Amino acid sequence: MTTTVPRSPAKVSFRDRLRRLAETVTTPLLPEDYLDLVAPLRAGAALRGRIVAVRPETPDAATVVIQPGRGWRGHVPGQYVRLGVDVDGVRQWRAYSVTSVPGGRDGRLAITVKAIPDGKVSNHLVRRARAGTIVQLDQAQGDFVLPEATPERVLLLTAGSGITPVMAMLRAGLHTRADVVLVHSAPTPDDVIFGAELRALAERGALRLVERHTDTDGLLGVHELDDLVPDHLDRETWACGPVGMLDAVEGYWASRGLADRLHTERFRPTVISPGEGGTVTFTGSAVTVEADGATPILEAGENAGVLMPSGCRMGICFGCVLPLRQGAVRDLRNGDLTTAVPGDGVLIQTCVSAAAGTCDIEL
Amino acid sequence: MTVIQKKAVNPIAHLSAEDIEIIGKELDAIRDRVIADRGERDAHYIRKVIKTHRTLELSSRAVLLFSFFPPAWIVGTAGLAVAKILDNMEIGHNVLHGQWDWMRDPKIHSTTWDWDHVSPPDQWQHSHNQLHHRYTNVVGKDNDLGYGIMRVDEDQPWHPVHLGQPLWNLINACFFQYGIAAYDLELGHNLREGRHKAPEFRARARAVGRKIRRQVLKDYIVHPLLSGPSFLSTLAATFTANLIRNVWSHSVIMCGHFPNGVETFEKTSIEGETRGEWYLRQMLGSANISGSKLMHIMTGNLSFQIEHHLFPDLPSNRYQEIAPQVRALFDRYGLKYTTGPLPKQVASAWWKVIRLSLPNRRTDRRQPVAPALASSGAA
Ligand code: FES
Repeated sequence: MTTTVPRSPAKVSFRDRLRRLAETVTTPLLPEDYLDLVAPLRAGAALRGRIVAVRPETPDAATVVIQPGRGWRGHVPGQYVRLGVDVDGVRQWRAYSVTSVPGGRDGRLAITVKAIPDGKVSNHLVRRARAGTIVQLDQAQGDFVLPEATPERVLLLTAGSGITPVMAMLRAGLHTRADVVLVHSAPTPDDVIFGAELRALAERGALRLVERHTDTDGLLGVHELDDLVPDHLDRETWACGPVGMLDAVEGYWASRGLADRLHTERFRPTVISPGEGGTVTFTGSAVTVEADGATPILEAGENAGVLMPSGCRMGICFGCVLPLRQGAVRDLRNGDLTTAVPGDGVLIQTCVSAAAGTCDIEL
Repeated sequence: MTVIQKKAVNPIAHLSAEDIEIIGKELDAIRDRVIADRGERDAHYIRKVIKTHRTLELSSRAVLLFSFFPPAWIVGTAGLAVAKILDNMEIGHNVLHGQWDWMRDPKIHSTTWDWDHVSPPDQWQHSHNQLHHRYTNVVGKDNDLGYGIMRVDEDQPWHPVHLGQPLWNLINACFFQYGIAAYDLELGHNLREGRHKAPEFRARARAVGRKIRRQVLKDYIVHPLLSGPSFLSTLAATFTANLIRNVWSHSVIMCGHFPNGVETFEKTSIEGETRGEWYLRQMLGSANISGSKLMHIMTGNLSFQIEHHLFPDLPSNRYQEIAPQVRALFDRYGLKYTTGPLPKQVASAWWKVIRLSLPNRRTDRRQPVAPALASSGAA
C-alpha cells in the first residue's frame, strides 16, 4: 500500500484540464499541430518568424526583415539569432547577427546576409527568399555585446559581413555614448554593406570611418593599425570578420598582453587538414557510418539519415551537442583531440567535430 | 542464381547472372536520379497532403457534431474515412518508412511520427520496414505472407484450420488496425511460446494498450460526447469511418503481394543474395494497382508496390514518375510487371485466400484454377 501526498486541486488548473481534453480530442496529433495551420506565430507556439521583406544591400548581400512569433524575447545589439530555413526542401539552420535595433517597429528584427560562394542558405536568403515565408527561430544569443557601461573609446574592426553585429551597436547609438573608430574592409566601395549609412555617419562626424578596399589596397595587416588608429591599443575593441583576420588580431592583442580588451566573434570554424577519420556509431539509432577526418559528425550523421540536433553549424550555438560515449573526435577549428572512455559522456559539438578514430555518439 | 522457382515455368530462367547485375545497376541509377532531384517540390507535396488531411479531419469531425442530421452524418463519415485513409496510407506508412527524413523537419520524421492507428510506430517499423521489406515473399521469413494466420502460398503446409481462412480474412479486413497491432506484437507466436510474461513483451503490449485506449477514448467517447444529442450517431459514424479505412487498407495491402502473378521464394534462396538478386526478388514479389491519380494517393502510392519495394525510402510522389522506367526495364528483360485495376487485383487475392483454404493437389499448383484472374494486366 502506498500513500501519496494529496495534490492540491489548485495545482491542476483549468487550463491544464482543457489542454488535456484537447489532446484527447486530437490524438495522436497535438492541438498545436492544428493551431499551426492557422496561427504559426501565436504565443506558446514553437518560435518562428515570417519574412516580411527582403531588401538588397549590395550586389551580394540583403537584409531580411522578420516578424517573429509572440514568444520572441528580443535581443541585445551584437547578438545573433539562429534561423531555420527550408532550402530545396531541406531544413537548414544558420546563425546571423541581428542588424536591427531592439524594440523596433512591431518588434520586427532584421538580419543582413552576405551570399558566400556555394553557401546554400546565404544564397537562398539573398536571392530567393520571399516575403511571407515562415522560418524557424531561436532566441537571440551570444556575448559579442557592449558592457553595461559603455567604454569611452571604442575600436570596431570588421571585414565583409563582420560589419553586421557592430551595425546593430551603431544603430542603437553607440557613437552617441563613445568615441568610435570603425575600420572596415571590403573588396570594393560597392561591397561595403551599409556603405551609405556608414559614410553618412562619418560625414556627420558621429564616428571615424576607415574604409579599406582590399581589391585595390590589399588585405589589412594588423601592424597597419599603428598608422590608421594610433591609439588602437587604448581602445576597447570589437572585431568580427574572417578567420584569418581574427587569428591575426587575437595574436597581436595577446602578444601585447591586452587580450581582455579584445572581443571577437567567429562565424566559421577554421578547418584543419583532414585527420584520420573513423567509424561513427550512433548508439540510440544503431546507425554506423564511415566518416573521414574532414567531415563533421553532424554531417556524417545527417547523411546517414539520423535526425541530428543542430543550430548554427559553425560551433557557436551548442545546439548540436551530443555525448561522446567512447572514442576520439577532433575539433575541426583547432585540431584539439577529445577522447572518452566507456562511462564518460563528454559533450561534443558535432558540427565542428570529426571522427578521429572509432567513436560512439549517443543519439 | 539463388532464386529458386517451383513453378512449371521459371520466369527468370532466361536471365544470366550478368543480366541480373545489370538490372541492379539500372535500378540504382534510377534511384540516384530521384535522390539528386529531390527538393522543394517534394517537400511541398507532403506538406500539402498533411495539411489536407488535417483540414479534412477537423472539418469532418465538426460536421459530425450535427450527425443526427442524416446528410451531415454522410458527409462527416465520408470525410473522416478519407482523412483516416490519408493518415494511414499516404502519410503514415510513408513517413514511417523514412521517405521524408531528408527534409530534416523534426515534425515530419520517421523517429517522431505517430499515426491514427493502434500499432505503435516503432513496432510497426520493426515488423514492416525491417522484416517484411527485407524478406519480401520469402516463405517462412516474411510473415506478411498471410500474416501468420492464413495460407497464401502452395508451399505453405495445409492444416484443417485453414478451412476457416476466408472468414478470418474477412474479420481481419474489418478490424485491420487491430490485426496489424497483434501482428506487430507477434501476439500469436508469443502466446504459443509462453512468452507473454516476458518483460520485453509486456512493455510492448502495454504500448499497444496505451494506443488502443487513446484511440478508443477519442473515437468512441470524447467525440461522441462532444456531439451531445448526436452521441449515438457520431459513435456510429466514427465506427463506420474506421471500418471503411480498415477494409480499404486491407484491400490495398492484399493487392501488394497476394494477386496471381506474384512469386514467392524459398528460405534458402536468399542466402548470399546479391544486390541485383535482391532487386529481382522485389520485382517479382510485388504487384501494382492501376488507376487514377486520386486512386494512387488514396492507396498511399502502394498502387506502385513494385516501385515501393524496390525503393522503400524514396518519396511516394516519385513512384508514379519512375514507374514507366521501371516497367520498361521489366519489358526489356522479359519479366512480368504484375498490375491491374483494384477490383481485379482484390478479387485475385481473395480467390487465392479461398483456394488455398483447401489443400492443393499437386496439379493445382501448376495451373491457375481461375484462368480469368490468372494473367496480370501487363499483357
Ligand atoms: S550547431 Fe551550433 S554549435 Fe554546433
